[in-house]
This record gives sequence, C-alpha cells and structure tokens, in this order.
Amino acid sequence: MLTMNEHISTPADGGKRDFLKYILGGSLIAWASSVLYPLFAYMRPPVQTEVEVSSVKAGKLSTFDKDSGTIVRFGNKPVILIRTSTGELRSFSATCTHLDCTVQYRKDMGVIWCACHNGKYDLNGRNISGPPPRPLDEYRVVIQGDDIFISKQT
Amino acid sequence: MKTISNRLYAWIDERVQLKDLVAFMAKKYVPVHRGSIWYYFGGVSLFLFIIQVVTGILLLLYYKGSESLAFESVQFIMSKVTFGWLIRSIHSWTANLFILSALIHMFSVFFERAYRRPREITWFTGMLMLFVGLGFGFSGYLLPWNELSYFATKVGTDIAGVIPVVGKPIMIFLRGETDVTGATLSRFFGFHIAVLPGIFTVLLAVHLLLVQRQGMSQPQEFEATPAENRKTMPFFPNFLLRDLLFWLIILNILAMLAVFFPWELGRKADPFASAPAGIRPEWYFLFMFQSLKYIPARLWFIDGEIFGVLLFGTAGLLWLLVPFWDRKSSGGKRNRLITYIGLFVVVYIIIFTLLGWFL
Repeated sequence: MLTMNEHISTPADGGKRDFLKYILGGSLIAWASSVLYPLFAYMRPPVQTEVEVSSVKAGKLSTFDKDSGTIVRFGNKPVILIRTSTGELRSFSATCTHLDCTVQYRKDMGVIWCACHNGKYDLNGRNISGPPPRPLDEYRVVIQGDDIFISKQT
Repeated sequence: MKTISNRLYAWIDERVQLKDLVAFMAKKYVPVHRGSIWYYFGGVSLFLFIIQVVTGILLLLYYKGSESLAFESVQFIMSKVTFGWLIRSIHSWTANLFILSALIHMFSVFFERAYRRPREITWFTGMLMLFVGLGFGFSGYLLPWNELSYFATKVGTDIAGVIPVVGKPIMIFLRGETDVTGATLSRFFGFHIAVLPGIFTVLLAVHLLLVQRQGMSQPQEFEATPAENRKTMPFFPNFLLRDLLFWLIILNILAMLAVFFPWELGRKADPFASAPAGIRPEWYFLFMFQSLKYIPARLWFIDGEIFGVLLFGTAGLLWLLVPFWDRKSSGGKRNRLITYIGLFVVVYIIIFTLLGWFL
C-alpha cells in the first residue's frame, strides 16, 4: 500500500535513476579493475630473454666411456649425452616428457630412465614404457677432433 | 597475591564482561560415547599448528630464502646453531604429524557425519584448512632446496600445469618462471610464511568460533538415545584437562622423534643432475603419486596425466561438498553409503601409500 509521501515513479524518473545506476556501477567496475589489474599483472613473472644457445661443448671423446651417459648443460636446459656400448654418441633433451623430471642413462637396463615415475625411453629417445606421452627431443652430436659438440636439430 | 589477581580479574571483567564468557564455558558439555576419543584430534591438530608457528618463527631467525643460500643456511641451523637441529627436526616432524592428525580428525568427522546440518561451514573451513595444510607441506618441502624437494616441486607444479586452460598460468604463477628456479624458492617462501598462515588463521578463527557457538557435534545414535541416558562431561575443566594431557603426550612423542630420528637434509639441489633413484614425495602425497604411475600415457582420448588430475580433483571436490549431497544425514536418517564411500577411500589411500612406500 502506498502512503501519501511515497512517490510513484514515472518512466522519466526510472530513466534518470537507471542512468545514475549505470554511471555509479560503471565507475565502480572501472575503479575495481584499475586496482586489480596492476595487482594481477604484478603476479605474472616477466618473460626473461635468454641468450639463445645453439651449440655447446660437451666434453672429450677420449674420456667418455662406452655404455655410459652424462647430463650436459645446454643454455638453461639439461641435455643427456649417451655413448652406447657400440661407441655411438646420441643426445636428447633430458627433460622427461611426463612431468618435467631429469632422466638418466641406465646401464643395467640399456634404456634412458626417469626416476620420478619409472618412465623408460629407448636409445633413440622413443618412449617405450611407463607414463611418458612423447619421445625425447633429439639433439645433434658433432665430433671435432677429440671434442664432442651438441647442437639443436635444425 | 589473591587480592591482586582478584582485582585484575575485576578490572578486565568491568571492561570486557568476562562473567558472560565464564558462564558460557561452565554450560559447555562434551558428549561421552564410544567415539569420544575422536574429539581430541581437532585439539591435537591445533596444538601441532601452534608448535609450527613457534618453531617456524625460530627457524626464520637463521633461514635465508635464496637459491644460493637456502641449503647452506639450513645446514648452518642443523650444525652450528645451538639446538638448531632440534628446532628444525621438530618443525619437520610436526608438519607430518599435523597432516596425520588433521586426516584422522577429518575422517572421524566424515564417518560420524558431523558435517551434517547445521555444521556445514565448520566442515568447509576444516577441509580448506586441510588443503592449506597440504600447501604448507608442499611449499615448506622446497625451502631447504635439496635434491628431493627440487624434483618433487618440479613434478608437483608440472601437474598443476596439465589442468586444461588455467593450468599453464597457474604453473607459471607458482614457479615465478617457466622452470623451477630461485624465483620459485622466493615465491614458496612467501607463500609458506605469509600467504598461507594468513589464510589459515582466518579459517581457524571461523572454525573455532563455530565449534564454540554450536557445541560439539553428537553422533546420530547418541542423539537418538533418550536425554536421561546421554552421558556428558563438562568442557571446563574435565575435557580441557584431558586435552592438555593429550598435548603433553604428543609433545613427548615429538621430542623422541626429533632426537632419535633427526630429519635429514640430503644433497643440495642441482638443476643439471638426473632425478635420483628412489625419489618420492612426502607420504601424504604418495597415494596420488603412486596412482599416477599406474595410469597409462593415454586413456581413450585424453592424456593420462590430465585424467589423473581430473580424477583426483573431482574426488576432492565431491568430498568437500559432502554436506550438500548427503541429504539423508542432514535429515536425521542413516546413510550407509557414506560409510562405504569413506571405507573405500581410506582403504584406497592406505593400499596406494603402502605400494608407493615399498615399491
């Protein structure tokens, strides 16, 4: 029930009120986003430009035993270098394609193995057992004299 | 002496009306039944949390949160600081006992259906505290910057990264970079000592306030017995003294664990070393870790990891929301399904934890 004091709104009134509502609501949203945007943007770490590494020296052939493997620093990524029992050199990304652990060469099994979830790759980098979903990326191995160089596949 | 304390009481009472509080405490009763022992685990968890706050602050006096200094500073605490080994071991052991105690508390609440109306908010805040507790464990594990924690963090944050759409930004947010580096350590340190304690304190305040306001939950069969047959015990001082006795026992167990089984530090993390054999996460993540090992790389049309994450995520969410879908218990009826689900989850967690431990 309406009392005498209460005002029956006319369409013109409603329009005015709506207009004020939008102005106030809009400025509230604008204000909130101008506060929140810098906060969220701050939390996202800046992308650091890394020096592009195309090739690294991985050691000397004469000191690298047959049937063994080692981890080599390639820029800021680990790379695995393996010398097979036949003396062949192979190199792959050492980052397991499953959950980012660093793999190792297992002499006893003759495979590349990840300790975290028992993932296995053959010596061509193919995922053969366990949870890894993809093969390891292969790197190129070049021998100059006695020096072993690893570079990205082009 | 007596007059001084009386006058002090009167002084405070005049300002904050202590009488009301005392009257409230005097009226508070704890139900006595065959499951009463479970009432203590909330208090035990609280006690362990207080120990973590105290020992955590003590560790902060010497700990240095950076990639090049973290491991050495913990080594310094363990070997040079007087009783440093004790404080650090107690902090590590308490972290584990806290999770254990909180799990016992949570499962007892689940099996007694204590989450039912009107205690849904107590259940939610409790579950959220358990999640924050796991966050404490995960972030604190990295702080000594050793080999095990380094790879555990790589795996843990990478798992966050497999969640569709939001996963990658979350992973980058957690790591502070695309890889686990010193930037991750800085962030985890901040989460561990500022963000998580802040959230936890708010949740704890609501949780405790509700427990006081609503009183102890009574099991359904206890509610069903006639009022004259229900046994109770005054909260103050009977229950509180028993609480304190429990806390004393826990403190002794902790001291023994810290002295006879000091927490190891391991080897410093090396981002260019292979993950060591036998690597595994803390025991409370082990059942999920072990399950991940059994899920094949591809299942039907989705990646095994995504399947695992979605599976555990959904299960956790359903568990959190149990007061909403268990309408029967809230309506005062018996719901056997809850017992079966609870037993299945407990048995699953125990079996997979043991598999992870011994395999």
